Amino acid sequence: MLEISKLVKRYGNDEPVLQDLDLVVEGSSVVSIVGASGAGKSTMLRCINRLVEPTSGSIRLNGNELVKLRGAALRRARRKIGMVFQGFNLIDRLTVMENVLAGRLGYVSLYQAISRRYPREDIERAFTLMERVGIAHYANKRADELSGGERQRVGVVRALMQEPEILLADEPTASLDPRTSEQIMMLLQSLASELSLPVLINIHNVAQAKAYTERIVGLRHGKMIFDGAPSDFNKDALDAIYGGIEAPEEELAAEPDKAEPRVPHDET
Amino acid sequence: MTRPDVSGTTPGPRTWRKPSFIANPVLRYGLWLVVLVYLIWAFGSLPFNWERIAEGLPRAARIFGSGFPPSFERGGLLLTGFKESFQIAILATLLGVALSIPFAVMAARNIAPLPIYLFGRAVIIVSRSFHPVIVAILFVAAVGFGPLAGVLTLTLYSIGFVGKLLAEEIEEIDWGQVEAMKATGAGYFSILVYAVFPQILPRQVGLSMYQLDSNLRASAVVGIVGAGGIGGTLMNAFGRYDYDFAFAILLIIIAVILVSEGISGWVRKKIW
Amino acid sequence: MVDRTEALADRIWHRYDRKERLIRYAVLLVTVMVVYWAVRDIDIFWPWVWDAPNQISSLGARMWPPDPRRLEQIIGAMIETVHIATLATMLTIFIALPVSYIAAQNTTPNRACLWLGRFILVSSRSVNTIIWALLFVAIFGPGVLAGILAIMFRSIGFIGKLMGEAIEEIDRRPVEAMEATGASKLKVIAYAVVPQVMPAFFAIVILRWDINIRESTVLGLVGAGGIGVLLQGSIDTFAWPTVATILIAIIILVLFGEAITSILRRKVI
Repeated sequence: MLEISKLVKRYGNDEPVLQDLDLVVEGSSVVSIVGASGAGKSTMLRCINRLVEPTSGSIRLNGNELVKLRGAALRRARRKIGMVFQGFNLIDRLTVMENVLAGRLGYVSLYQAISRRYPREDIERAFTLMERVGIAHYANKRADELSGGERQRVGVVRALMQEPEILLADEPTASLDPRTSEQIMMLLQSLASELSLPVLINIHNVAQAKAYTERIVGLRHGKMIFDGAPSDFNKDALDAIYGGIEAPEEELAAEPDKAEPRVPHDET
Repeated sequence: MTRPDVSGTTPGPRTWRKPSFIANPVLRYGLWLVVLVYLIWAFGSLPFNWERIAEGLPRAARIFGSGFPPSFERGGLLLTGFKESFQIAILATLLGVALSIPFAVMAARNIAPLPIYLFGRAVIIVSRSFHPVIVAILFVAAVGFGPLAGVLTLTLYSIGFVGKLLAEEIEEIDWGQVEAMKATGAGYFSILVYAVFPQILPRQVGLSMYQLDSNLRASAVVGIVGAGGIGGTLMNAFGRYDYDFAFAILLIIIAVILVSEGISGWVRKKIW
Repeated sequence: MVDRTEALADRIWHRYDRKERLIRYAVLLVTVMVVYWAVRDIDIFWPWVWDAPNQISSLGARMWPPDPRRLEQIIGAMIETVHIATLATMLTIFIALPVSYIAAQNTTPNRACLWLGRFILVSSRSVNTIIWALLFVAIFGPGVLAGILAIMFRSIGFIGKLMGEAIEEIDRRPVEAMEATGASKLKVIAYAVVPQVMPAFFAIVILRWDINIRESTVLGLVGAGGIGVLLQGSIDTFAWPTVATILIAIIILVLFGEAITSILRRKVI
């Protein structure tokens, strides 16, 4: 169970990005977080695994307070929190298997990590998960030889290798084409129920949020302004979240598209 | 490169090992063996004078002890040395950059006939092969001690460096402009002046700034073999065990190089 | 209102243009004056300058034909030169990598380490190899150890600076992903930093090895081993044909080094 209460994040002396945010996620539900760019979605996810340092407030995962953790304790907490990134964040020059096994870095010793001598159970788990998402035959391919959808599957498997208690996904489909992003959303949804894992998905695409998640949280200027079932998410809620910022009205009904023009792995 | 394909069909525990960078194990271990044998050979064959080396630490203590604090007492000598180094660098850059243009033209395959191309390339290769200090000793032997040998050395050094880059630049010029000039019936030299030089000029200016900077660095060392400048002063200070003066010279050399690097970088950024 | 600001912008533009032209003239004038000063003030005996072509060609004539009698000794010294360059390059790696790590802004542990790293790089780079050699010959006496140390001390700055830049240019996102898995600092480096800087590392080391071969040919002139010792000896005894053989050998060595580096570059990268 994830409980966030009174979470505030402020960069310097600017207007806070997150203002007194409260959120409780119970059981193995898939929650989507929608909001315009700059609404604080990404900051909120990164506060949970402390890639971003919260200014104040409390975040508890299964009863453990995460905000005060330091050093080794923080790393131990992080390995129970899987994360999937918009730009996949794979290590391009390593093989798919090495990328997947990197999910175990919080568990293995430094020697095991450098010599790539992972315990047999880890390798077994890696193959099982890769077979589950259909990338096992790529095990020894370099990560940058894969297509966008396949790369994101590697990202998902890496996060699951951590044996997480919660999965965070930061715009997991924004760098993908519409068909592939549907597949990834479907995959996240089914994995959540198979592994009874709570999943938090930041998403720009409202249609996908409605189709694949059980609960929608709407953020605007760092405040939660909608929290409910997808069926309750209507035109008014959409206007409240996006109104006056940018109106992706077609997204309510139509195509899951708007793959952002940025395709990160091509930048290098 | 063959990579073992991991089949997903075999039941039970599976293993995985990182595929090696070099797939062939014989070649892989062979390479390690070669490196090991080389190291043994190299360390075994080099003449180390261990008794003399053993004296090193007390000597180092003595040198640094008498070197600090650095002494700026003989500021006049220091100033003369640096003045001469600057003059050598400036004149050599001027001459070298000017002369590098004809040599670059000669060494550019697309505008020079084959015999001239080979000659131009040979000059550039030879002048790049020799470290400026070696060239400096030869010039000192030919024309005597003093800044003249330094200027000649660094001129040749500049021709080698600027000439090579400029020749590459000429080989990559937009050929259309040359054809346009040919179509008007222009002769070889008018084509050079109107269609080739304008295209390489911006690069030439940047290279000159860069070369001035590296000539200044080099002018500090050609003096060690007697070709004028601060290097000679430094060599003398070392020779007479005036370590405090030597360290003063070193500090100023470092300072001058940093300043010159900064200026040259700033100017090149402005021009480009 | 709009008109006036436009006119104002126009006027400023003109004035700026004139200022730029003035700067150009000033730069030209200063250059001419500096060159004039350098020519007039430099301590050169001008008649020698007019005589220099004669002197150089007569030296060339004395060198011809090259004398191959001491070839065996020359080849031995050449191999020593290559050893100095290779060993020094290898040993440098162990020092340059940690220094580049603390001198890169995104990996340095703290400000003090950053400045320490930068100080090491700058002082290494600003002192020429042959000056380092002078210092080490004074400390450890003439010989190859002084040569190896001199090459190393100069190479640390070169490899360290370029590696530091390579580290600063890495993609931040894999680092973030590794941190998110709960990996420790060293594991993050092993997985997210090392693979990304590997190609740059090979390219830089190969490049420096090529430069070091050239640099190690002169170490002997100050007594730090290699072919330079033989060259200095031959010049001191006016054995010009032997000098010519040594010069030819140096050209062959340098071309050989260039050929090897270009093969390695193609193989590894």
